[in-house]
Amino acid sequence: MQNYDVIVVGAGLIGAACADALTRRGLRVLVLERGMAGGGTTAAGMGHLVVMDSPPAEFALTAYSLEVWREIVPHLPEDGEDDPCGTLWVAEDEDEMAHAKGQARSFATRAVRAELLDARGLSQLEPSLRTGFVGGLFLPDDRVIYPPAVTRFFLQRAIRHGAQVRERVEVRSIESTRPGCMAVHTATGRIGTGQVVNAAGAFAPALTPGLPIEPRKGHLVITDRYPGLVRHQMVELGYVKSAHAGSGASVAMNIQPRRTGQILIGSSREYVGWDSSINREVRGRMLARAAHYVPALRELSAIRTWIGFRPSTADKLPLIGEWEPGLTIAAGHEGLGITTASGTAALIADLLTGATPAIDPVPYHPRREMPHDA
Amino acid sequence: MTPRETTDSPETTSAALWSDGVVANRTSVTGSPRGPLCGMGVCFECRTSLEGRGQVRACMHRAVRPDPLEPEIACDVAVVGGGPAGIAAAAVAAESGASVLLIDENPLPGGQIWRHAGGPSGAARAWIERLARSGARLIGGGAVWDAAVVEGAAFASGIDRPTRVTLWVSRGEVSSRVRCRAIIIATGARELFLPFPGWTLPNVLGLGGVQALSKQGARFEGRRVLLAGSGPLLLPVAATLTTAGAQVIAVAEQAPLASLLRFARNWPGKAIDAARHRAAFLETPFRPGTWVAEAIGDDRVREVQLAGARSERIAVDVLAVGYGLSPNHELPRHLECQLEEGFVRVSDDQETTIPGVFCAGEPTGIAGVESALAQGEIAGLAATHRAPTDRLRRARARGMALRRDLERTFALRPELRLLARPETIVCRCEDVTLGTLSEIADVEGPRAAKLYTRAGMGACQARICGPALQQLRGWGPDTVRSPLKPVTIAELEAATTPAWSEISTTVASGAPGPEPVSLEVKS
Repeated sequence: MQNYDVIVVGAGLIGAACADALTRRGLRVLVLERGMAGGGTTAAGMGHLVVMDSPPAEFALTAYSLEVWREIVPHLPEDGEDDPCGTLWVAEDEDEMAHAKGQARSFATRAVRAELLDARGLSQLEPSLRTGFVGGLFLPDDRVIYPPAVTRFFLQRAIRHGAQVRERVEVRSIESTRPGCMAVHTATGRIGTGQVVNAAGAFAPALTPGLPIEPRKGHLVITDRYPGLVRHQMVELGYVKSAHAGSGASVAMNIQPRRTGQILIGSSREYVGWDSSINREVRGRMLARAAHYVPALRELSAIRTWIGFRPSTADKLPLIGEWEPGLTIAAGHEGLGITTASGTAALIADLLTGATPAIDPVPYHPRREMPHDA
Repeated sequence: MTPRETTDSPETTSAALWSDGVVANRTSVTGSPRGPLCGMGVCFECRTSLEGRGQVRACMHRAVRPDPLEPEIACDVAVVGGGPAGIAAAAVAAESGASVLLIDENPLPGGQIWRHAGGPSGAARAWIERLARSGARLIGGGAVWDAAVVEGAAFASGIDRPTRVTLWVSRGEVSSRVRCRAIIIATGARELFLPFPGWTLPNVLGLGGVQALSKQGARFEGRRVLLAGSGPLLLPVAATLTTAGAQVIAVAEQAPLASLLRFARNWPGKAIDAARHRAAFLETPFRPGTWVAEAIGDDRVREVQLAGARSERIAVDVLAVGYGLSPNHELPRHLECQLEEGFVRVSDDQETTIPGVFCAGEPTGIAGVESALAQGEIAGLAATHRAPTDRLRRARARGMALRRDLERTFALRPELRLLARPETIVCRCEDVTLGTLSEIADVEGPRAAKLYTRAGMGACQARICGPALQQLRGWGPDTVRSPLKPVTIAELEAATTPAWSEISTTVASGAPGPEPVSLEVKS
């Protein structure tokens, strides 16, 4: 008899949320993290909880995740920095406005609140925007959190429900011993368990060869504190095009007011392996894009630049589900891992306990057919 | 019209505010008033809303803003930092006929020790005049905020004098790209602060902070000032402030008298300097073995509690405390130069572990001005392919001996590491207390503590709390990323990496761009 029902490998926000959800279903959970909990991609991300209307599987998962988040956020500690500032999608031209209208219709089908804005409504809602934009779409129920602190919250809650968390323990391999018995190998030995959840993000393929995940590098820049200058998390409606663009470096306007008054500016996407150097040209294009929307940014004092690696899949959907008997994957969330951590954890808990998932898990199956063009 | 390279007035906005009796420049993130601390652009406590913009460092801000530089500059050698090491390096390098830039955040050369107010004298004057004659071009008011070195075998191909080092320099809120064959890092040191209860109150500054403010034109007449901390800076600061009309109440040195006397016997020249400074404030008691346990006040410091040899409470207007120096090695760390015992590791030629990147002065070890000058000269020679003289080698060796003796004499007593209470703020940018940090760090480690609290992630980028936490808890420094100094988003946006064709461009010797400026030397 093993000491654990489930070993979760990786204590990013996804792994931590899984540990929390699994312990709440009564399972005995061990979390193993090779570095520091919430210290990898989780620490590098923006912390934006956002509903995306397409493709349908992304809509289903993000909308469901936001519902789950709404139950979680009242319990977050102060340092979780929950800020229900909403998302403002900005339309630069009539094409993008048409897209916004389509989005508004699809959001309505799932009762996601979304408000279409004309040019005037847009500048009233967000005066920091330059004039000349056609309009936008406001999602008042989107929010912003501070992911490292929320990771810690999930782990502490899991520990209160009996989970164990070990940091600075690197899992070297995962093996299936016999039906119903799994084990992970670490530097100090072998740990037996009933099930393993690989939630190692961009590192997941190192433990589960063949997982179709690639690191996708991003830059972020943060400013000094300018409270009130920007009021809403803003994203350009061209974002989806750039996020799903091919192999070249792409940038999109993504501006986030932090509750500290700092402004976090993104985003960029590049496939360059694990090269963690700052690419000045990409950072420059990213900032130019942001300043195209909010010209006042150019005068602000920038204090830090950093990079992070999104765990990216070819079809931009996460890998959630059974890879082989006893081994379940919760990885590959690209740039939406903060948003979908809550929904992913609920799905994983359903799958591992035999409950009926709240949404259809088939589109996220890790062995699904992937497009080959990316 | 030639571009304005320097500002005319040494008076900074901080000095003007100080003289007007303004105590706090800003309100901290948890709502407490804050005034200048370091006086030299490191701590970011002096950030003030000016010219309709927020976040201007008042200690570095002057009424006349320098004009931007030309967007592209190519030279043989760029020297970063205009203190003694940088001045010597730039002058010596330029005397070989090489094109040399000397870049400093202050408008005039001199660094912290030779700040120009009142005019440099003696060695300072001689060196500044030599610099002016050397043909080196001074870039005052320029902050280096990013750097890159092109590495690799490409240079084995025989390209003559490729500009393999690139610096990004901000001046007047516009950045320029400086491409050079070699750089000499002479970024000096900042003051080491150890947190104690009340150290965030306005009018509690560093020793270098009050000295810098005084030299920037801040008036201290009639103010009751207590000076405390440790190291050779205490006496000259006491002399400067007394001469400036301050009422220096006491000078408290944490090191015991026996250590000071031993140091004086070993270094008679230093002892004579000390006696000369002491003569300027003979009325004031000097108290070895004494330190500040607490600063007490409301919107500013009102009283100081001393501990050690003399335990008493003293009413003050200003408290200045500093515990020696901490090297400014962000730029070499950014370039991945190796450190040794917390300082930049250099060869006999002052070359770091990255070829073409030299370092001189305090970043290689806190060894005083003579050593900094010698190291600067050696670096200036080596960067232009010349060998140092025996005189310089001997001066550097003496500097190394002095460094060891300074470390021993002014070793910080363990009591100082226990002064901060759980509620004492350690990270002044983000207002994180020692208790909050310790609670997390004890269980989850220092990196977790910083990540969850954002300690060290504010405007100063851990330049103040980093060295303090290294002393208090033994925590090592974090990674350095550009921008090394805050710059505008517009400057980050415009920064691009030079193409290979630009890097392999040959620099014409003796062509430093616009003609050298004449350096004003006041007597």
